[in-house]
Amino acid sequence: MLKAKAAAPDATDFLDVASLLSDEERLVRDTVNAYVRERVLPNVAGWFEAGTLPRDLGHELGRLGLLGMHLHGFGCAGASAVAYGLACMELEAGDSGVRSFASVQGSLAMYAIHRWGDEGQKVAWLPAMATGELIGCFGLTEPYFGSNPGGMRTRARRAGAGWILDGTKMWITNGSIADVAIVWAATDEGIRGFIVPRETRGFAASDIHRKLSLRASITSELVLTDCRLPAEALLPLADGLSAPLACLNEARYGIVWGAMGAARTCYETALEYSKTRVQFDRAIGGYQLTQEKLVNMLLELDKGTLLALHLGRAKDAGRLHPAQVSFGKLNNVREALAIAREARTVLGANGVTLEYPIIRHMNNLESVLTYEGTSEMHALVVGKEITGLSAFT
Amino acid sequence: MKIVVTVKLVPDPNAEKRIDPTTKRLVRTGVETVLNPYDEYALEAGLQLKERAGGDSRVTVFSMGSAALKETLRRALAMGADDALVLSDTALEGSDVWASAYAMAKALSTLEFDLLIVGGLTDDSSTGAVPGALAEHLGLPCITNARKIDVGDGKLEVERETDVGYQIVRGSLPVLITTALTFGEPRYASLKGIMGAKKKTIGTIGVSDLSLDLPVGTSGSKTELRSFAPPPARGKGRTVEAADGVAGATSIFEFLREKKFV
Ligand SMILES: Cc1cc2nc3c(=O)[nH]c(=O)nc-3n(C[C@H](O)[C@H](O)[C@H](O)COP(=O)(O)OP(=O)(O)OC[C@H]3O[C@@H](n4cnc5c(N)ncnc54)[C@H](O)[C@@H]3O)c2cc1C
Ligand SMILES: Cc1cc2nc3c(=O)[nH]c(=O)nc-3n(C[C@H](O)[C@H](O)[C@H](O)COP(=O)(O)OP(=O)(O)OC[C@H]3O[C@@H](n4cnc5c(N)ncnc54)[C@H](O)[C@@H]3O)c2cc1C
Repeated sequence: MLKAKAAAPDATDFLDVASLLSDEERLVRDTVNAYVRERVLPNVAGWFEAGTLPRDLGHELGRLGLLGMHLHGFGCAGASAVAYGLACMELEAGDSGVRSFASVQGSLAMYAIHRWGDEGQKVAWLPAMATGELIGCFGLTEPYFGSNPGGMRTRARRAGAGWILDGTKMWITNGSIADVAIVWAATDEGIRGFIVPRETRGFAASDIHRKLSLRASITSELVLTDCRLPAEALLPLADGLSAPLACLNEARYGIVWGAMGAARTCYETALEYSKTRVQFDRAIGGYQLTQEKLVNMLLELDKGTLLALHLGRAKDAGRLHPAQVSFGKLNNVREALAIAREARTVLGANGVTLEYPIIRHMNNLESVLTYEGTSEMHALVVGKEITGLSAFT
Repeated sequence: MKIVVTVKLVPDPNAEKRIDPTTKRLVRTGVETVLNPYDEYALEAGLQLKERAGGDSRVTVFSMGSAALKETLRRALAMGADDALVLSDTALEGSDVWASAYAMAKALSTLEFDLLIVGGLTDDSSTGAVPGALAEHLGLPCITNARKIDVGDGKLEVERETDVGYQIVRGSLPVLITTALTFGEPRYASLKGIMGAKKKTIGTIGVSDLSLDLPVGTSGSKTELRSFAPPPARGKGRTVEAADGVAGATSIFEFLREKKFV
């Protein structure tokens, strides 16, 4: 029998995961990749250093149709979970802050309205959020309740037909630039969600400064003081803590992909550097220790990408369990961080500057490890699933 | 308004390329095919004119080349073109500028259009001669290097980029226009565009669909490719050892002066 000669593997996509994608999926990937290469990469180190994210980014992502791209109707593209994942991967190959912007807008704020809102709310908010004309944020975490949001102190009381909200939300991405906040509050009937427009009296947002991670992203505190809302502000279908958790599950799925984007950039940077950096008269990529580092990075990068694609196909087939998303987030963020740290060592002293993307990604991934459920909580979710015993409730 | 934009499919300009010494052709395996970057500007021009004209305006993309690569045109459809037509035939292989333009003109004359927009150059063969030859075969006026195009009531005004400034040229339709890179950055495809593109058609025609009076391909060509060689490998750069910064700066300056850069 004649054997066809197999093509030499690609240095990044060693397993040819791309061959598992459709033409359309590749076009989504390439389009977002080109956008990130041309518009994000030349500027992002500067944004990170200055601790800002330009407002216009929202419009650009909106024009590309990436905001709420996996939602159907109301100006959203209705793309598959895999296409959404690929977009997250390419955005985060640029910066986790840019991907966070898209995640919070599409998977947290817009998804909450799309899943738990009524027709009027959807028509009022979603089309303008899809274009990036309006920015949303998602307020669940509080100063005293992070991993355990069920204990939240933010309260919503009925006042006539409407509601009065009081409380503080902490670590809220896009908080101060948001035109609308999805705020979760405890009521006598359990946890409910509210659509709070920025101009509502009693609503205030201030930024959290001195972050050394996710600096190309705005993180804020939201303070609600006697904040009066009409009856239409309530998300009618959101009933209990499972509602915000469903939103988080959406965003987490994007992180499973996104983390591998950050890891890819770190790996590729280290690989290129190792081929040109000469020490002891040889390129450091020729030393066994360096090769082992690079190969270990590649193994986890390609395995993590396959995992993301596998979860994506399961999600598109409607059979993805939330604990499987926990599996993916736990593994891929942990491995991405390990890849970033290993890649950093290959660059020696150059690895600690913003001239190269690695330390930016490495610092960013510390936030990604913590938000959308800490790595510990995801370990406990999977642990509960396999033992039937809950370690946290 | 009916607009046709020609788009050649070329090997990725950023990929490393190799020439097969026996066939004297580019080795295409392992090299991705993309839309000729210059044609993306032509497409951007076409899409802007379509948007401005509104109504039932259409942009059709036309390409001559391998039918096996035609899915690459999906990106042009995702950017906003309405449909695509590919002229593909083994009989066209080996066509030079004249023969290519002749076959393309015959195929284009089966389409109705007011504007034919063409990129100024191709990334792979870089003759820049096809637009002029196409206009000649089609009997159309040809306005090259446009940085701005205005169409109203069948009247046309074009700003042409020149070395020393720009010219304003008026003309009538139908017309062939080539675009300058100053026209404006080609747009990114949007998610909706990408998803809508799969429903758009990419038609294919062959030589038998055309009424040809002249031969095409190698036999229809007026020039012959005698040899084809990659650029010589770049030699090792000159290394200068300098005692200190001043000596280093001096030798760099001397080098630049020697090359007449300063
Ligand atoms: C940059 C950034 C952006 C963010 N954006 C948002 C946003 O947009 N919206 C929002 O609502 N929140 C946001 N967050 C908040 C994020 O979701 C929380 O930080 C996260 O849920 C963890 O909560 P915490 O920080 O209060 O940590 P804690 O819950 O106090 O946890 C501290 C440590 O204790 C561990 N721990 C807690 N409970 C257990 C247990 N039972 N067993 C073992 N270990 C445990 C945790 O894993 C962690 O290691 C953001 C955070 C960051 C850093
Ligand atoms: C904040 C900071 C302050 C500093 N301060 C000083 C200072 O005051 N004075 C000073 O002189 N220097 C200073 N340094 C420089 C520091 O000592 C060097 O960064 C260090 O020696 C590594 O050199 P390098 O950065 O050139 O990395 P490289 O030597 O290029 O190493 C790059 C990678 O290749 C690996 N590598 C190299 N050779 C081999 C091999 N044979 N086999 C396997 N792997 C190999 C390295 O382990 C590393 O992972 C400082 C660095 C930093 C970051």
